[in-house]
Amino acid sequence: MIHSLFLINSSSDIFLEKHWKSVISRSVCDYFFEVQEKAGEAENVPPVIHAGHHYLINIYREKIFFVSVIQSEVPPLFVIEFLHHVAETFQDYFGECSESAIKDNVVIVYELLEEMLDNGFPLATESNILKELIKPPNILRSVVNSITGSCNVGETLPTGQLSTIPWRRAGVKYTNNEAYFDVVEEIDAILDKTGSVVFAEIQGVIDACVNLTGMPDLTLSFMNPRLLDDVSFHPCVRFKRWESERVLSFIPPDGNFRLLSYHVSAQNLVAIPIYVKQNISFFETGSSGRLDITVGPKQTMGKTVEAVFVTINMPKVVLSANLTATQGNYTYNPVTKTLVWDIGKLSQQKLPNLKGSLTLQCGAPKPEESPSLNIDLKIQQLAISGLKVNRLDMYGEKYKPFKGVKYVSKAGKFQVRT
Amino acid sequence: QSIFVAIFFIFLNEDLREMLESTKESLKLEAMKRIVGLIARGKNASELFPAVVKNVASKNIELKKLVYVYLVRYAEEQQDLALLSISTFQRALKDPNQLIRASALRVLSSIRVPIIVPIMMLAIKEAATDLSPYVRKTAAHAIQKLYSLDADQKEQLIEVIEKLLKDKSTLVAGSVVMAFEEVCPDRIDLIHKNYRKLCNLLVDVEEWGQVVIISMLTRYARTQFISPWKEDGIFDENSEQAFYESDEEKLGTPQSKPYIMDPDHRLLLRNTKPLLQSRNTAVVMSVAQLYWHLAPKQEVGVITKSLVRLLRSHREVQYIVLQNIATMSIQQKGIFEPFMKSFYVRSTDPTHIKTLKLEILTNLANEANISTILREFQTYVKSQDKAFAAATIQAIGRCATNITDVTDTCLNGLVLLLSNRDETVVAESVVVIKKLLQTQPTQHSEIIKHMAKLFDNITVPMARASILWLIGEYCERVPKIAPDVLRKMAKTFTVEEDIVKLQTVNLAAKLYLTNSKQTKLLTQYILNLGKYDQSYDIRDRTRFIRQLIVPNEKSGALSKYARRILLASKPAPMLESTFKDRDRFQLGTLSHTINSKATGYLELSDWPTAAPDSSVRNVEVMEPVKKEISWTFGAPLKSDDKFYSDSGEEEGAGEEGTGSSSEDSSSSSSSSSSNEESDSESEDKNSKHSEETDSSQSDKSSGHSDKKKADKKKRLQLKKKAKKAAPKERYQMHRPPTHHPLTQELWNLRTFTPKMAYTHTGKKKNRKQMVALFLCVQVSSPVFVPMSSHELLHRMTGKGLAAQYHFPRQPCIYGNKMVSVQLTLTNSSDHTLEDISIGEKTSSGQNIHRFSSIERLEPGASVTVSMGIDFNDSTQAANFQLCTKEDQFSVSIQPVVGELFLPVTMTEQDFRKEQGKLQGMNETSATITMAPENTSNQALSKKMVSVANMGVVPTGEDSLYRFAAKSVSSGDLVLVSVDLTDSSSGRLTINTEKTVIGSMLLRDLKTALAQP
Repeated sequence: MIHSLFLINSSSDIFLEKHWKSVISRSVCDYFFEVQEKAGEAENVPPVIHAGHHYLINIYREKIFFVSVIQSEVPPLFVIEFLHHVAETFQDYFGECSESAIKDNVVIVYELLEEMLDNGFPLATESNILKELIKPPNILRSVVNSITGSCNVGETLPTGQLSTIPWRRAGVKYTNNEAYFDVVEEIDAILDKTGSVVFAEIQGVIDACVNLTGMPDLTLSFMNPRLLDDVSFHPCVRFKRWESERVLSFIPPDGNFRLLSYHVSAQNLVAIPIYVKQNISFFETGSSGRLDITVGPKQTMGKTVEAVFVTINMPKVVLSANLTATQGNYTYNPVTKTLVWDIGKLSQQKLPNLKGSLTLQCGAPKPEESPSLNIDLKIQQLAISGLKVNRLDMYGEKYKPFKGVKYVSKAGKFQVRT
Repeated sequence: QSIFVAIFFIFLNEDLREMLESTKESLKLEAMKRIVGLIARGKNASELFPAVVKNVASKNIELKKLVYVYLVRYAEEQQDLALLSISTFQRALKDPNQLIRASALRVLSSIRVPIIVPIMMLAIKEAATDLSPYVRKTAAHAIQKLYSLDADQKEQLIEVIEKLLKDKSTLVAGSVVMAFEEVCPDRIDLIHKNYRKLCNLLVDVEEWGQVVIISMLTRYARTQFISPWKEDGIFDENSEQAFYESDEEKLGTPQSKPYIMDPDHRLLLRNTKPLLQSRNTAVVMSVAQLYWHLAPKQEVGVITKSLVRLLRSHREVQYIVLQNIATMSIQQKGIFEPFMKSFYVRSTDPTHIKTLKLEILTNLANEANISTILREFQTYVKSQDKAFAAATIQAIGRCATNITDVTDTCLNGLVLLLSNRDETVVAESVVVIKKLLQTQPTQHSEIIKHMAKLFDNITVPMARASILWLIGEYCERVPKIAPDVLRKMAKTFTVEEDIVKLQTVNLAAKLYLTNSKQTKLLTQYILNLGKYDQSYDIRDRTRFIRQLIVPNEKSGALSKYARRILLASKPAPMLESTFKDRDRFQLGTLSHTINSKATGYLELSDWPTAAPDSSVRNVEVMEPVKKEISWTFGAPLKSDDKFYSDSGEEEGAGEEGTGSSSEDSSSSSSSSSSNEESDSESEDKNSKHSEETDSSQSDKSSGHSDKKKADKKKRLQLKKKAKKAAPKERYQMHRPPTHHPLTQELWNLRTFTPKMAYTHTGKKKNRKQMVALFLCVQVSSPVFVPMSSHELLHRMTGKGLAAQYHFPRQPCIYGNKMVSVQLTLTNSSDHTLEDISIGEKTSSGQNIHRFSSIERLEPGASVTVSMGIDFNDSTQAANFQLCTKEDQFSVSIQPVVGELFLPVTMTEQDFRKEQGKLQGMNETSATITMAPENTSNQALSKKMVSVANMGVVPTGEDSLYRFAAKSVSSGDLVLVSVDLTDSSSGRLTINTEKTVIGSMLLRDLKTALAQP
């Protein structure tokens, strides 16, 4: 299926190659460079490229292109999903998926890639299994290894691989048994010029960090499971229990994992936590424009809206911005043409405002389009959909675990059109 | 400088060679790490081959692995040297550690050296029968490697594939199907017998395997089942919903159904549906395409929500999913319409995503939503991304042609865009307006005039050409303007682009024919210019036009028709989606994405017109041991048979049901000797059962014929429930199916994996013996499930809450040492009971898996829940508290000794061997007298298995009966044999290490047999 993998950095250097079948010359990447040049921005590179006798399927993550070479028919999502999985594994192992991290740990990267695919078909991809086969790097171990000559590679087949719960390793031991769940919700919204909602929905995930001894069997139930309209599960969740009782019953993997992602049903009205009043206009003469933005809290359910950012991609002709902010500060990058206003916390009493003039390129016609505003925000201790975890029970083990649930709401793709 | 680099590398290589030849492990490891670093950067390290290959037998496992990496990379270049390492791998293939066996096979099969093909073949065959499923998985991968190295081995490899396809392990399934797809995708006949097993295993296979299996099964289903897309579109009553519907609704449905879905077809659809909830986007997409290609049209809707969910994923995932939605939305716009807003474009989306979203929005447009969509499009036209703005204009054009109501609105909007400052926007508008005007040529001369005025300012060739064409085509409507435009063009002709020149010639010709007085000279001037043009296309066209329109002696008959040729009314162009013909490719494939056939693309065949024989999927029963146990399921099947043929279904439907059910049970016990029933047994029947089925049939309606294949245990449950009060039934149906064959499968796997590990650690000598042991203790599904339930809590003492318990005789899903118990809770009070659960403390110390608390139980309603209790192989009662919101009731479950077992299947030899090991104090026996009713062999078996949950062991002797089970908690074998000396007496012997249980069982069996 997957023949080879090339990792390419933003300056078009191939800094890692791995072949799972016969070796394919790296000149195959020329097709890719050609398309990349045509596409301009990295995001615009099409994920599937037809390259002579090969097909190149690529993803772009953390400023790295993961380019895989395919020789025959395969579901493209299969490859894309796998490449993302590789990137996430690197992230998991090295803390970041960057070029330098990969270069520093090239041997572990190679060992990982070797384990993850056999003849181009995925072999071991579960993080719990991989960590038993190949231990993640840490300073202490590398010191010990260099002295004793012991190694990072496991000698026996991980127990999970053969059982029906491949996601969990056996013999897990902790002195502090803890299970934390983060309910993170994101509001995706498009507001139009007048501030009315064109489209809004809430997407959420529950990320878990479970450090529990033995083989715990957990049951997580919600106060209002009916809110969840569409869900996707980690394979550990028993689908039948969810179907019949609307509880999440699972034997968790060890460590961090995403338990559930969900979509809140469309019937529920989405509470938009802030409102934006904006006016961006360009004058016909004088090569200048005006900008006036005010942001205020709306339906926040008594919580404070924090970490508010407003990002605007200005038209190409805007040279500079001369603005004053009543709260926070702003930066304008004349190269990328992005204006970022970092507001911070929103308070009810004093509404933050950004006002001033924009300088346009001399002689250029006034831009037709008006830029849209992208908003970032965060609300702690609140799931905007109102979802609440009812209780978490543990079976199968005797000890009492420490349990915790945290709620956060964020702006997802939150856009205000002008 | 390059010499410098070369010298540097020679030094480096020397350095590495020295390190590799040192005696220190750590130095060698360091050297290998550096070499792997070189390989990763694509540097050539092949010179070091001899030094590296020496280390292949190293004890240090990391060093060894790195050597493997190196070897696989360079073996093809250094074939002779690579052969030196082969013996090491051959040795490692026999290693007791399965990881080492597997990695040896992986490397051996990755070394692309043709000489070792026979060795590889041998190794693959060996590994395909390995006890470790992990090694077998590696073998499946090796098949593909060997095939790509030497395609002549195909026949032998197919044999191995055939063998591995029978494998019951979820680990192997995905890989072997992958090998099948690569080596012999046309050998669909190999799938028949494994079809049902694959469907049932699917949920437990790892994600990547799921994708491969689903796409293979999609192809399979298209060749084996008839099309569910019937023109008359009568709703398929076999759908799951119909099955759960209440009875009355279904009685009214017509009996003669035009189409009946093959139960196997339904099985596939039902078993893939939960995978729509997978976190893996590839799995979701593959299920979506399966539904798209296989499900009845009215069921396809279930996939939309999941596909829309994928749009939240990474950019690349969005791209593929949107492409597939674009193709789907052409054919069935209805299913995506409710999600229209999810396709709204954001300014931050990359261009290719934006265009796809636009495409989908255009496909979804209809009279009802067009105003919303057009409003949305208005925003897009203003986008900073000009390519996207141009695409939007085209989309507006498409909406305008498809929906006649808005044509005028769109046209006006587009005309407004003509004054836009951006070149591309204007050009695109012109092109689209041209197409639109063609559809309604009668009006709009105003627009043409307007465009003619704009002509001077437009520089994009395509737009200029379009305007020229428009003016030429409708020159009679703008008689004053047209010659003027031609005059201007004559001036600039030489500097125009080719397409503009061609249209100028066209315009000139048309004007010459309609208005020759004004334009004769102009036309000749232009034709002369064209005659000496650099482009032969234009010279050619000019020559043609001149002959056609300018009459001279040479021009033949054609010039008479010049007017009719040039000014013929032309059909309006269709503005169509670029995804229109994409549906010739299977969705979700690479070919679909690139819109051309990729190498190795397997065509999805059309549905067969007549259904191929469905019995090929029946798994035959191999051993003739049916007699003793035939009564268990024979009866209900018999009545099913009659029942279904009564309701006017196709012939063989009943047969089908039998077939699939035998598949279910045999897939849950992994050897063929476990067959509990077979087709031929329907003769023998048990009156009690058939009575029950009859009554339940009158309750149940005829609508669920595809449920035939629902496994037998569930059916028995249902029938039993049918006897109970009507309101109960609903709950029963929705009860979490704890008895699903899959859970059982799961359990089975869990039980025998540790044994397998044990086998490997054991000495080789022992292995054979271990295998025997391993084979003989397979847990099978229960032969008989008694109907009786016992009272746990009376409604008087429970203040309205009544509870009954029952042993379903299934392996417990909560823990393999637990006995599963089903509780039926009924609220016979007049108020709602809330929060029913089992209290935290148990007095008797057993390990109990509680059922999750029931939030509400309405008056009169009842609910069945399952729990697990570890009785520790004793009949000591489990005491616990049943709590409601207000009260707590102490209750206890006293198990009968016979329920502490799980039935086991084994062969007669194994039984004897095991019995031989359990002599002396492990044996208890007694003489028994039997009631005359019990002496027939069927009656005797029935009596025995109703007392204790045991499996029947086949026997060659007439008067000897054998039964086997293992205790749930400790897993010790319990062997029972009955030797009939004459018609009314005999000897009952029990062999087990658990002597207490043995004697209790003996007592129970003795009393049971004595009773009629």
